[in-house]
Amino acid sequence: MAFLELDNLEKFYGPVQVVKKFNLSVEKGEFISFLGPSGCGKTTTLRMVAGFETPTSGSIRIDGQDIVRLRPNQRNIGMVFQSYALFPNLTVAQNVGFGMKVARRPKAEIDARVKEMLGIIGLPDLGARYPFQLSGGQQQRVALARALAIQPQVLLLDEPLSALDAQIRVSLRSEIRAIQQKLGITTIYVTHDQEEALSMSDRIVVMHKGKADQVGTPVEIYNRPATRFVAGFVGTLNQIEGRVEDAANGLVIAGGQSLALGRRLEQSNGTSVALAFRPEALHRGEHPGEIGLTGRIAEVHFLGAVIRMKVDIGGTQVSLDSFNRAGADLPRAGDDVALSIAPGDVLVLGD
Amino acid sequence: MNRWLAWGVLIFGVLYFILPLYGMAEFSLSMRRGVYSFDAYTKVLTDPTFQQTFSYSVMMAVFTIIFGVLLVVPTAYWVRLKMPEARPFVEFITLLPLVIPAIVIVFGYIRLYNTSSWLPLTGSVTGTNLLLMFGYATLSLPYMYRAVDTGLRTIDVATLTEAAQSLGASWATILARIILPNVLVAVLSGAFVTFAIVIGEFTMAALLDRPAFGPYMQLLGANRAYEPAALAVIAFAITWACMGLIQLVSRFSKHTKAQR
Repeated sequence: MAFLELDNLEKFYGPVQVVKKFNLSVEKGEFISFLGPSGCGKTTTLRMVAGFETPTSGSIRIDGQDIVRLRPNQRNIGMVFQSYALFPNLTVAQNVGFGMKVARRPKAEIDARVKEMLGIIGLPDLGARYPFQLSGGQQQRVALARALAIQPQVLLLDEPLSALDAQIRVSLRSEIRAIQQKLGITTIYVTHDQEEALSMSDRIVVMHKGKADQVGTPVEIYNRPATRFVAGFVGTLNQIEGRVEDAANGLVIAGGQSLALGRRLEQSNGTSVALAFRPEALHRGEHPGEIGLTGRIAEVHFLGAVIRMKVDIGGTQVSLDSFNRAGADLPRAGDDVALSIAPGDVLVLGD
Repeated sequence: MNRWLAWGVLIFGVLYFILPLYGMAEFSLSMRRGVYSFDAYTKVLTDPTFQQTFSYSVMMAVFTIIFGVLLVVPTAYWVRLKMPEARPFVEFITLLPLVIPAIVIVFGYIRLYNTSSWLPLTGSVTGTNLLLMFGYATLSLPYMYRAVDTGLRTIDVATLTEAAQSLGASWATILARIILPNVLVAVLSGAFVTFAIVIGEFTMAALLDRPAFGPYMQLLGANRAYEPAALAVIAFAITWACMGLIQLVSRFSKHTKAQR
């Protein structure tokens, strides 16, 4: 049995259902991300685990014990908020020690834990400061230390990096991940930032309209999206409308060109489908063993390491990413180019 | 042109406030003919009735403040956290004491809690003191509630509460360790107004027949010439000292330093 289990969790606000039949099993020490656009129910689900919202139905079990009836302060769950939520009247050390003080732990134990926690977050000398004297990144690290100091069974993070600027966000996310792995703490991380979810998580739950559309490792989510929504939400995805010509041999007509996918298709002949592929899967030139296409360059954006192009294939514009190489000529808008893509990189999405 | 006007208005305002004060202070020093002296002050300060009534009122003020804080802080907190839709209603109720005269309240008290009622509070000294304290708390409610509510607006009540809850804190702990310290400056300014109201209040204390400072001032004012002026100056000094204390406390509260 998994360590944290969400079983048929549902939440209504009046007639509006914000979480639908949500099931999830989280192993001990796992880092799970809830990824989705705003209003998809990810934060509501997290808040039900924390105890700030009561599920309309369903159960939440930690280590076999149903916690739905427990009040938030009885659940032993650490929580980190987007707005840091440090207590402004307490110093950093008092903030970190707050949970243990509430639990009436001996002072020596609190002091030792606070010191250890401040060491872990890399701010060993800031214990005497007040929150307003810290930068946003430092405040969020203190908030993390505060949540971890009570040695919670589960750590919940609600968009903890959204309020920070880009540079801090990137460095702090690897830091959070490192701390999580070091302590081996079961973690749920809510974010709308796919890069965060992909780079930090063991598994990702992509949520859409209150449902978990797909649960899988970052690689699975990115390479084999289960639904159109997942495909479109995680990463950039090109889609070309087409029609199945020969399902047995995998022949599809799209953008006025015939593409041989070399595999049997589930859709029957004549049905319209969408061919989907990542911008980095498509490349210029002809490569043996790959599907050949022709197109016309519409736009070229030089982004440094990456050159992003818009290519017109039979009336549909698709994105194409290629790495920059010194000495290579930039293609120009209006050029006709030969393109190729590996058959395995093309997803056939039905309606 | 505009500048001169501004200065003119300022000077007029200052004179408007200072002149009566100056006149009163001057008069209070003139008890001995021809020279300035502190005779009136000595007389007032050595009067045992002054000491008794003043310390009685101070004590009542302290109890009223404690009661008011215990009543208002949790209420304002709860309204902000759980019942935001009830805020206009609660605000209206807290404003009522400004509209309803103290004499109405105290007559209501006497009718409800007289010796032949179901709860004969006026039958004992402690009961009457309690009644007087409730009355004072009611009078200070508009100021206390507003001050605390404004203080609560400066912090993210909901998220701080959730953070404290997830760390295992109970409601009492959250109020005492998180909410109250963060609105302390607001509570103090409410407490100061309460103090000023209680020290000067006449109607309730007189009608409940308690030996408070207000009735004493009235009595003195009706029977003496110089002493009331001295008393008024003393009362002003106390008020200003309170204001200074609040400034000092808010200056020393470390965590709010950056915000000012």
